[in-house]
Amino acid sequence: MTASTSEPAVRAVPDESPGAEAEPARKSLALVASKGGLDEVYPVLIMASTAAALGWDTRVFCTFYGLDIVNPKRNKKLKVSAVGNAASPPPLERGPEFRVPTILGILPGMNWVATKMMKSWMKKSNIPDFSGMMDICLENGVQFYACATTMGVMNVAQSDVMPEASCLGATAFLDFAADADIALFV
Amino acid sequence: MGSELTADKVLDCTGLLCPIPVVKTSAAIKEIDVGQILEMVATDPGAPPDMEAWARQTGHELITQTADGGEYRFWFKRTR
Repeated sequence: MTASTSEPAVRAVPDESPGAEAEPARKSLALVASKGGLDEVYPVLIMASTAAALGWDTRVFCTFYGLDIVNPKRNKKLKVSAVGNAASPPPLERGPEFRVPTILGILPGMNWVATKMMKSWMKKSNIPDFSGMMDICLENGVQFYACATTMGVMNVAQSDVMPEASCLGATAFLDFAADADIALFV
Repeated sequence: MGSELTADKVLDCTGLLCPIPVVKTSAAIKEIDVGQILEMVATDPGAPPDMEAWARQTGHELITQTADGGEYRFWFKRTR
C-alpha cells in the first residue's frame, strides 16, 4: 500500500521511463474475493493472472470465506458445494440438459463428488490446480491482501496467512480501488 | 502469409486454455529482443480475440495471424 496511501485521489502520473515517451499508463485491477468455494475461487485466480500477464497492477482483497485463498492450511482443500447449486451437472456422462435435482446435494459425499468432478475437468483442460494457479499469480506480481476484519472475526493470525499476503483494511483497499481502472467483486 | 515470417522464437500453446496462453506469451515476449518476432500456436477458440486484446493492452505488435482448422497462429513483434 505504499503507493496509494501517500498519493492524492487523482490519477497517478504514468512512469516516465527513459526511451518510452509514449508508454501508456499502467492499468490496474481491484478484485474483491469474498467466496471460498473452488468454483468461486478459480475465476478470481484466472482474472487476476490474466490481468497480471497484461502488465496490470493487480490486487486481490480476500475477505470472509475468500480469506481461505491466502490461508495455506485451507486453500489446498477448497470444495465445490453440491447444495443449492442449480447448475450442478450429473456425475455420470449424460446429456447437457440433464441436471442433478438440487435436493440430492444434501446426500453425504455429494460435495466430494462435485469437487472431484471439477478438478477432473480442470485437469482434462490442462488448467493448473489451485496451487499452480496461485503460483502463476504470484510469479506475475499479483498482490493478495488478507482482510483485517475477517482475520479478527475468524480468529486467523498473520502467521496463518501466506507470507505474500499482507493484512489490510477495507478503507486502504478502497483507496486503491478508487483509482483502479476496473474493480470487480466475486 | 504468416509462414513467410521468420520467427525468432516459437511458443506452443496447443491444448491450453485461458489464461495459460496469455501468461506464457507474456513471459516469452520478454525472452526475445525488441524488434524480434514471436510465433505462438494455440487451439483455444478464444485465442484470436484474446491475443488481439493482449497485443492492444501490452503494446506489442500483432503482425499477422492465421486460422487453419482448429489451429491458430500468431506472429508478434516485440515493441518495447
